[in-house]
Amino acid sequence: MKLITAIIQPDKLDEVREALHAAEITRVTVSRCTGRGHQAGEELYRGQSVVPTLIPKVRIDIACNEEYVDAAINAILKSARHGDGKIGDGKIFVTALERCIRIRTGESGGVAI
Amino acid sequence: MFRQKWKTGVFFALSLFASRFAFAEEIQIDTGTTAWMLTSTALVLLMVPGLALFYAGLVRTKNVLATMMHSFAAMAIVGVLWVVCGYALAFGPNVLGGWIGWNPQLLFLKGIDETIMSAGVPEYVFAMFQGKFAIITPALIAGAFAERVKFKGYCIYITLWILLIYCPVCHWVWASDGYLFNLGAKGAIDFAGGTVVHITAGVSALVAALYLGARKGYPLTAMHPNNLVMTMLGAGLLWVGWFGFNAGSSIASNLDTARALTVTQAAAAAGALSWMLIEGVKHGKATSLGFSSGILAGLVAITPAAGVVTPMGAIILGFLASFVCYISIGIKTKLGYDDSLDVFGIHGMAGIFGAIGLVFFIRPSWMADAASIKEGWNMMSQLLVQLQAVGITILYAGVASFILVVFVDKVFGFRANRREEMAGLDETMHGEQGYGLINLN
Repeated sequence: MKLITAIIQPDKLDEVREALHAAEITRVTVSRCTGRGHQAGEELYRGQSVVPTLIPKVRIDIACNEEYVDAAINAILKSARHGDGKIGDGKIFVTALERCIRIRTGESGGVAI
Repeated sequence: MFRQKWKTGVFFALSLFASRFAFAEEIQIDTGTTAWMLTSTALVLLMVPGLALFYAGLVRTKNVLATMMHSFAAMAIVGVLWVVCGYALAFGPNVLGGWIGWNPQLLFLKGIDETIMSAGVPEYVFAMFQGKFAIITPALIAGAFAERVKFKGYCIYITLWILLIYCPVCHWVWASDGYLFNLGAKGAIDFAGGTVVHITAGVSALVAALYLGARKGYPLTAMHPNNLVMTMLGAGLLWVGWFGFNAGSSIASNLDTARALTVTQAAAAAGALSWMLIEGVKHGKATSLGFSSGILAGLVAITPAAGVVTPMGAIILGFLASFVCYISIGIKTKLGYDDSLDVFGIHGMAGIFGAIGLVFFIRPSWMADAASIKEGWNMMSQLLVQLQAVGITILYAGVASFILVVFVDKVFGFRANRREEMAGLDETMHGEQGYGLINLN
């Protein structure tokens, strides 16, 4: 089992969800977050361009079994890029997932995902 | 000697001056009425941010600012347009066979700089009061194509819509030489804009929603309101503002005003109550969105009727309006078109229902007055007049706004493209985020 955490641009959320859905990955957790990577974001404020220190992003967490990992990564790569790829498009982190327990039934492991 | 002559001269000049302006001088400003009309003018404008909140709460997070901007843009665009030429087109004398009004003296309102109307109100106040109605009407339409139009296309659309649809219909119904104003014994009854505002907006909204097509993913994807707290606040502001909208439409501060205010309150409350009951019985829970919709259904239905119906009639109209709207929204869902915020379902249907339904609740003194003008005038004859007014408005607004929406879409681009729609209009049209401050930055 792996935990895939993707940090993407907020305007790409719908496209990423659509791509994940097409790859039959429907169980996701989405949250708003702010952060700072390589990108120097630029926003309009009263007609001035300003560079905020932290930039709003969307975080997607997907817990999945091994056979879905590549499909999920490819779906995100394909859908989260702006054009041919721009600085700020985000990152994907893959971490090993030790356990997964379904609260309703108490089952654990791959079947619970 | 010289002094004497000078005095005589002045006296002569003054008396000439006095006789020339005697006619205009006769009408004194009625400060009470003027004060109420100034208040009403401000109350009607309050409905626009009210509408902005109402609509913005109903869309998804990524479109909240763009939706508010639709209402606010109308304040800017129509706010200028009305002074420049809108008032001249709507309230000038008949031209082009009565299709529209025109008085070049009214361009930039320059001809009314000193005019006091017979109601004792400076014409500026009347022109501004009417201007607020012109602002809110195209802003209402925006709910039908929320979350999927280009901002530039929308701005062009409402500019042309005011000139080609609002001004003509406003002229027919409210100008003293308008066609519908003079229909039958005492004209088609449209006290505060059931036809001019709500039917034109509702029908244009339906046409635009059908032509522009559904939002991407509709109806399979759930598109939940992002903030119903804003929606309720907006509905509350609309209710408050509506007292200016209806009671101000008497252009007086008298018995008619009091009647309009009373029936407005009664109908809005009845509409909200009735929607609560419908949902309570059908779903076991009364929703805040249903409550807000009920307020609007009641208010829209009483708008054309506020000058003529009794309080009991107002309660019945308000109560039934919620049923009419509830059913038409159900039908919309079955038909599957995407009138996103139910502009036709609420404003169009309640407007039509109110404009026709009012004839059954007209107070007897109004009918007696009409019968004294035209022998034998009764409910049925007024019903025919109302049907004619409603029919003409639906037909005209439907055809003209269809041509307009096709024109704007083909020439300037109206529908947002797939990428813009998915990314959200706040980001793609305005480069901002409505709830940016929720995140730390």
